[in-house]
Amino acid sequence: MSLMQLTAVELGKKIKAGEVSVVEAATAALDAIEKRDAKYHCYVTVVDRETVLKKAAEVQAKIDAGELTGPLAGVPVAIKDNMCTEGLLTTCSSKILGNFVPTFSSEAVLNLEKAGAVILGKTNMDEFAMGSTTETSAYGVTKNPWNEEHVPGGSSGGSAAAVAAEECFYALGSDTGGSIRQPASYCGVVGMKPTYGTVSRYGLIAYGSSLDQIGPMAKDVTDVATILECIASHDPKDSTSVARTEEEYRFTDALVDDVKGLKIGIPRDYLGEGLDPEVKESILAAAKALEAKGAIVEEFDLSLVEYAIPAYYVIASAEASSNLERFDGVKYGYRAKEYEGLHQMYKKTRSEGFGPEVKRRIMLGSFVLSSGYYDAYYLKALRTKALIKKAFDKAFEKYDIILGPAAPTTAPKLGSSLSDPIKMYLGDIYTISVNLAGLPGITVPCGFDSKGLPIGLQMIGDCFAEKTLIRAAYAFEQTHPYTRANVEE
Amino acid sequence: MANVIDDATIEYVGILAKLELSGEEKEQAKKDMGKMLDYIDSLNELDTSGVEPMTNVFPVKNVFREDVVTNGDTRDLTIANAPEEKDGQFVVPKTVD
Amino acid sequence: MKEYETVIGLEVHVELATKTKIFCGCSTAFGGAPNTHTCPVCTGMPGSLPVLNKQVVEYAMAVGIATNCEINRKNIFDRKNYFYPDNPQNYQISQLYHPICVNGHVDIQTEDGVKSIGIHEIHMEEDAGKLVHDEWEDCSLVDYNRSGVPLIEIVSEPDMRSAEEVIAYLDKLRLIVQYLGASDCKLQEGSMRADVNLSVREKGSKEYGTRTETKNLNSFKAIARAIENERNRQIDLIEAGEEVVQETRRWDDNKEYSYAMRSKEDAQDYRYFPDPDLVPVSIDDAWYDRVKAAQPEFRDEKKARYVKEFDLPEYDADILTGEKKLADLFEATTAICNKPKKVSNWLMGETMRLMKDRSMEASDLTFAPENLAKIIELVDSSAINNNVAKEVFELVFTDNIDPDQYVEEKGLKTVHDEGALRATVEQVIADNPQSVEDYRGGKEKALGFLVGQTMKAMKGKADPGMINKLLKELL
Repeated sequence: MSLMQLTAVELGKKIKAGEVSVVEAATAALDAIEKRDAKYHCYVTVVDRETVLKKAAEVQAKIDAGELTGPLAGVPVAIKDNMCTEGLLTTCSSKILGNFVPTFSSEAVLNLEKAGAVILGKTNMDEFAMGSTTETSAYGVTKNPWNEEHVPGGSSGGSAAAVAAEECFYALGSDTGGSIRQPASYCGVVGMKPTYGTVSRYGLIAYGSSLDQIGPMAKDVTDVATILECIASHDPKDSTSVARTEEEYRFTDALVDDVKGLKIGIPRDYLGEGLDPEVKESILAAAKALEAKGAIVEEFDLSLVEYAIPAYYVIASAEASSNLERFDGVKYGYRAKEYEGLHQMYKKTRSEGFGPEVKRRIMLGSFVLSSGYYDAYYLKALRTKALIKKAFDKAFEKYDIILGPAAPTTAPKLGSSLSDPIKMYLGDIYTISVNLAGLPGITVPCGFDSKGLPIGLQMIGDCFAEKTLIRAAYAFEQTHPYTRANVEE
Repeated sequence: MANVIDDATIEYVGILAKLELSGEEKEQAKKDMGKMLDYIDSLNELDTSGVEPMTNVFPVKNVFREDVVTNGDTRDLTIANAPEEKDGQFVVPKTVD
Repeated sequence: MKEYETVIGLEVHVELATKTKIFCGCSTAFGGAPNTHTCPVCTGMPGSLPVLNKQVVEYAMAVGIATNCEINRKNIFDRKNYFYPDNPQNYQISQLYHPICVNGHVDIQTEDGVKSIGIHEIHMEEDAGKLVHDEWEDCSLVDYNRSGVPLIEIVSEPDMRSAEEVIAYLDKLRLIVQYLGASDCKLQEGSMRADVNLSVREKGSKEYGTRTETKNLNSFKAIARAIENERNRQIDLIEAGEEVVQETRRWDDNKEYSYAMRSKEDAQDYRYFPDPDLVPVSIDDAWYDRVKAAQPEFRDEKKARYVKEFDLPEYDADILTGEKKLADLFEATTAICNKPKKVSNWLMGETMRLMKDRSMEASDLTFAPENLAKIIELVDSSAINNNVAKEVFELVFTDNIDPDQYVEEKGLKTVHDEGALRATVEQVIADNPQSVEDYRGGKEKALGFLVGQTMKAMKGKADPGMINKLLKELL
């Protein structure tokens, strides 16, 4: 069996036991990337072998010296390309940051490095995390390891595919409207978006600041809980970072196969029109499996589901239009070659540097904030958000967990999504409201459709209830172990 | 389509957003924005009167720094990625004032 | 011609005296080489995030309380979006929808008595960087050392009617802010900046005319000139049947006129929205009460106290309290020597003369009150005479020397030995027979000459009273 089939925690144990060296693990990962990435294109940037192996040797020395003892010490990782990594190209899969080398690392990455992670490279994504397929990347499309004719989902498609294609042991993604959970679902891996404020956003290149959250993507729930425990922190550099109790940070404590008495609600609104019957069947079967383990499952009306997408696109586009103003050719990144005067420099730089989807959202966001429209669009969306949060609060009075699909369908074919933006946006219907309400959500693989593409089960928890989610996901996983994609060894 | 975005609006938003769209892109942007706004208008079905706009989902407040200097001279890092630099400063096309 | 009334409102930016910037731990110190006081936050690096400096809120609240504002117990920061290279994120973090202070006022003295000037709001925001135009190449250079320095913007109601009122209002604000220690408020150095919103209307009219905003006013003189200039420009337009355009104008101090800052690219549509990277500032009673309790004695109270407690003339009290630094020096020195009028005389006389000679402001004064007190004691005990005292004070003023030590080392003490002085006086009388004759012939002036000659011979260290006495006696 190839080392690459191990989960992060399994590998960590072997490294700790001295059965595998960090250099061996890193070499195996680099070899896998060399062998397979031409096919799947999970990475925008792969760190050169010499640097990776040097770092691996350093980590090994610290492990040997007893300085690094955590479960992820020595385990190689892939980072989504919207997280700053000091000295390592960080592009957000955009031409406008095509040459940007950050001078500091994001807090989540620093937390991983402190735990002994070895960074393999930066994964492909939708440009500035705007998209659901990873096709809006300026650096080529990523392919779904289950079927190369299909997308891996997005925007963290490169991270999801890198885990499924065994080109890393685990990865970090970011989730603004489903960008971890949906690609995890499409690629048959586990992905989790924590409660807003759990992982520092410092160093995460912002898309929608009030919605963005970094989270883990891996082969199983144990990995995800372990990684989250490592990256979660209260960061004084991020004003929206929330301090949690020590006990709350011990996510791995929740890796317990016990859902007896757990109250699970399935929103009827999540099972209606637009949901692929095969996906629906698989989700309901998963619910049955949890019921069989003693959970109490019932359907209920969540309400307001159809309003989450328009509210999200107003809020996310507005924030993005402002967040992306800094990319102007003055301080870093791309600058147009020919221009006359300042304003033309701005316009040419940005028009040449951003792709169509990013421009579309910047235009929309600038419009909804412009004079005369702020109340009608932006404030209306913020009021809708308040109502959506209230609907969730009400649901969580009754249920511990909300269960549903991660996406209405399995991974679509490459090239079939971008032509109709609204149709593409509708694909986010089950994930988006979670970001608006700041809730934690997890997706775990729960089956396959008739084309052999993975289906993901999404579970949503109340704010700060990651441990409940982890327990439910772990219990479900016991009935449905991880299935490898058929990647060429 | 209820929302019709005209050339002047696209032109105006282009000035705000500092984006210069080609003729073809403009036509597409007009269509896309009109469609999106129609879709967004579905929010008007919702009665939100009396609802406070929600910016932060959690009632976090008063996150402060103390007034203590923590940063030293890191000019080299500041200008490390500058497309054009002179004497430790960023070079831009001549500004008017 | 019709009679017109000028309606003026001010937007005053004050740079706060914090050690660090508003959203990062970079120093606010002046004078660093370009971009040496910068970090990812104040240069808009991707992934950086702002964290609010608590002292900024304290200062803003203190100024709000001192200007009779209501303090918004929950206030939030908004982004003001516009592209310009001095603004690294291309948005400025400011407060539009919920500023920290609202509905205040300050009273100013006018020819017609006390007038209340309304304060619409005070909000917190970040300053921009600096653009320098490259002399050699056709480009500009950006320095972000000032980017992120905290500002408060004090927005008045359109309550002023003349340049005199504007200047009285600005002076009032300056003193309040200086007394609070919230800023040094130097117009020339840009730590206090005023933008003038001005419109004219026919006298008696209730409606406001169209207003313009004039920026780049770096002195009281420039403000007065710009107001005069803009008032005339608008009246000329109206008289000629033309419209005043609502616009921003830039004052050129050398050419003494303003010009419109108009560009197709400046839509002036700032798309304000709450900054999602920051959380609300919530001010509870305890915090509010603490800041309120810490309010210092302001000028008017201080002035009254000086008259009452120290028996100073109104005139002295007015001048001394007109600069926080002078008032501080007065109080500290008086506390040591307990001679208020003499301290006042030194501050209003020699100190202000030397300041004027050197074009210094009161805030530039660096001498220790102990040293001024020592000089006063030396004079009072007749250890040195007034001329020597002035000479020594100049060194205290420039180098803060210790007067006791200096007088001792240089041997500047007045000679009180009558025998020695008598010998010198006798010599002077012997050397100047013509003057002696003139004096005896009734020319009083000649005595002055002889005193001067004696003082010269004594190298200035004599008691002039004693010289006079001896001369008269010997002649």
